[in-house]
Amino acid sequence: MLYLPHTSEDIASMLQVVGVADLDDLFATVPEDCRFKGDLNLPEQLTEWELNDRMAAFSNTMAVSPEYKVFIGAGSYEHFIPASVSYLLGRSEFVTSYTPYQPEMSQGTLQAIYEYQTLAARLVGMEVATASHYDGATALAESLLMAIRVTRRRRVAVSSLIHPLYRQVVRTYFKPTSYEVVELGYLENGLTDLAATDGMDDLAAVAIQSPNFFGCIENLQAAGEKAHDRQALFVASFTEALSYGLLNPPGSQGADIVCGEGQSLGIPCSFGGPALGVLASRKKHMRSLPGRLVGQTKDLDGKRGFVLTLATREQHIRRQKATSNICTNNSLCALAAAMYMASVGGAGIRELAGLNHDKAEYLKSELKKAGFKIPFGAPTFNEFVVEFPEGFKATYKRLLEKKIVAGLPLASYYPELANHCLLCVTEVMSKEDMDKLVREVKS
Amino acid sequence: MKEPLGATGLMLNEPLLWEKGKKGRCAFSLPRRDVEPRPLDRELTGEGPDFPDLSEVDIVRHYTRLSQWNFGVDTGMYPLGSCTMKYNPKTNEKQASLPGFTGAHPLLPADLCQGALRMMFELEQYLAEITGMDAITLQPAAGAHGELCGMLLIHAYHKSKGSQRSKIIVPDTAHGTNPASAALFGYRPVPVTSNEQGMLSPEAVAELMDEDTAGIMVTNPNTLGLFEENIREIAEIVHSKGGLVYCDGANVNAVMGIVKMGETGVDVMQLNLHKTFSTPHGGGGPGSGPVCVNKHLEPFLPVPRVVEENGKYALSENYPESIGKLQAFHGSFGVMIKAYSYICSMGPENLKKASQLAVLNANYVKEKLKGTLHLPYDRPCMHECVFSDKDQAADNVTTLDMAKRLMDYGFHPPTIYFPLVVHGAIMVEPTETESKENIDQFIEAFKAIAREAGQSADLLHGAPKNCKVKRLDEVTAARKPCLAG
Repeated sequence: MLYLPHTSEDIASMLQVVGVADLDDLFATVPEDCRFKGDLNLPEQLTEWELNDRMAAFSNTMAVSPEYKVFIGAGSYEHFIPASVSYLLGRSEFVTSYTPYQPEMSQGTLQAIYEYQTLAARLVGMEVATASHYDGATALAESLLMAIRVTRRRRVAVSSLIHPLYRQVVRTYFKPTSYEVVELGYLENGLTDLAATDGMDDLAAVAIQSPNFFGCIENLQAAGEKAHDRQALFVASFTEALSYGLLNPPGSQGADIVCGEGQSLGIPCSFGGPALGVLASRKKHMRSLPGRLVGQTKDLDGKRGFVLTLATREQHIRRQKATSNICTNNSLCALAAAMYMASVGGAGIRELAGLNHDKAEYLKSELKKAGFKIPFGAPTFNEFVVEFPEGFKATYKRLLEKKIVAGLPLASYYPELANHCLLCVTEVMSKEDMDKLVREVKS
Repeated sequence: MKEPLGATGLMLNEPLLWEKGKKGRCAFSLPRRDVEPRPLDRELTGEGPDFPDLSEVDIVRHYTRLSQWNFGVDTGMYPLGSCTMKYNPKTNEKQASLPGFTGAHPLLPADLCQGALRMMFELEQYLAEITGMDAITLQPAAGAHGELCGMLLIHAYHKSKGSQRSKIIVPDTAHGTNPASAALFGYRPVPVTSNEQGMLSPEAVAELMDEDTAGIMVTNPNTLGLFEENIREIAEIVHSKGGLVYCDGANVNAVMGIVKMGETGVDVMQLNLHKTFSTPHGGGGPGSGPVCVNKHLEPFLPVPRVVEENGKYALSENYPESIGKLQAFHGSFGVMIKAYSYICSMGPENLKKASQLAVLNANYVKEKLKGTLHLPYDRPCMHECVFSDKDQAADNVTTLDMAKRLMDYGFHPPTIYFPLVVHGAIMVEPTETESKENIDQFIEAFKAIAREAGQSADLLHGAPKNCKVKRLDEVTAARKPCLAG
């Protein structure tokens, strides 16, 4: 076997040193009644070449570009990834190392994550970002728990236009606790009804997503003021990190904690995971942050170096009093995001974000021209909701046969929105792809 | 001994990203603009983030140099106890990067993602067979996330029985994540100490177990590398009071094909695909922490679940008692592909062989080093063995000094100062993918270091000297945190 280097001679001589007769005897301390006596019922071993065939067969069933045109975003976005990013990310010194517990041997990971923390904080306009979380949804749940710790209050107000699956994760995390989640409804223009927070007491956090699940750009400043009126923390969530190439970063709009999904930054959709939970805060809250942090320091010779720091917040030191139970995070995804942000650069990210916006506006206006209704009037980034006529299901199916996925039907998330679809356009869609979509839905 | 592995080489300095670059550079091929600009309202737009502007060559050199300051399994032996740093097969990376997998949107209609769903369905079946458990969720993102899932399942189970329990028993040898996971949802961890043999005793558990205790979290094999011999009896005690047994399965690499945890009284257990099933750790993730349960906990598993009917696969939300969701989508799909590939490449016989050889390697290290380092529990171990620095105390040399000196010899140090029950612990897990020659070289290095401890302790106190940096000032880092540039 390729990965098992022991020859029978090695095994014999090692067994002799250990003082047992055969490999089975190594397990003498396992009680008889705990032993499994049979053979594992698993498929026979595959050769490398057979494995290639099997996996290619699985992969070939998947509807992906360029064959399919998938106009779905909703928390997972198809963006171009430079070959240099994928190539560098494959460097096995990064890939095959553990969490950097021994900093002298892990300066590569540590400096790279320090750089990621810096670029992520700059992207969202905050002072401090953590080394990474699992995904945008868990980052939101951890942010709300953090707000509860900071304010010592028990209730959080969450916009109903935060990604429905994120809200499900929050509910799952909160179910066994005594904390309460209140949902804020939405207005006709596709924005959160902030007035609903008036009079709410004991609020630890007001959480808003922007662009929200309908793609609309929320008034973060107003949301922040509402939160601060109630002495609550303002938690700004996001699913499309690229939007901050163009939009005001939440940090400039009064956010106390910013959390969201960084998948757009150089990480492939990969059927939803692994992803990248981004979590950032003001410096004054850094000791309440969940998860790992990398900090700058000096070595014995006074040379700059990096270490994992503020570990007294963490489970391996603090045990049950830790700010979170998180241990393994999504470090390699953070590294991809850093490589991507550095590659696109300041000028590039603005141009790219602008292109996303302009393309989505083009499709929006073409659909409008074709007679379809855009129900929410607020400005959007690269996603928007379209109301299609009664019986759109059949059209949607017909389009699937033409290898077009015409957005995400919203009825299962918002039952009041039958025949509404959430469409997404990124830089990977050409004008031709969009024109074809419009032609097909019209016919 | 042969020439040691550790050597010095030309290592290049590299500044921080924003200390290089120039306005006007870019390392991204901007896509063609085929639509008119439609500017957004000025009030909504910002200045754009303050990112450095670099060329592709700048980026490539930057990360290539950084990578050379890192040590990975591909560089050399990484015997980090409890972390199972085995070799990460390259074919797994290739499979995970197939365009049909990387390009797939998680909300595709089921008809358009059959291959992904089938792979997940089969992986669940394989893991169920290996663990002897009835049902699996692949959703948790890492081991600690799996623990959290396990605690939610236990909570939901008791709630369905109409009872609210407030405590959970956690041994003193547990990973820090165990008490933290339990406490996240208001369970009060009640510590139980292991006996002189490093084992949990049924009597100690019986004394603590009552009807206000939700269950016990056991790591088996435990963090001393020992198989919890009384696990069945302990499970019976816990079950008799209506509690459940959670097993931290981080150490399953010791027992594949040898013990099916589901047959030892375990009700719920997480696996770490980034340990036992060879997926790379990525310098701290992404991992994947599937949770395996017995029948009575299955209704509570997270949704959606992959279901099969007549060879067609689908995602089902139709589990009214489910705890809900742990991540927005389906978990670390990219990691699952690698674990699936590994299981297929190994086949049942080699999985068992891997566990046997992992245990052989650990026992071999234990026997060879026990005259050099103090061995607090001298009995047959599983996949790892735990030494201490007791014998070096007279030379004023600590575990940390020896660990740092190992770097100069070209090895990643073992896990140190864990488990807490051993003072100055040195926890060695060689894994099955290290050959006898590599292990002999590691043993020789450790012996040489022990000799140095007696003769020239300063060499150890000043170690490492061959790395990119010397020992770092962690105290100032924490006291005056600088977390962004």
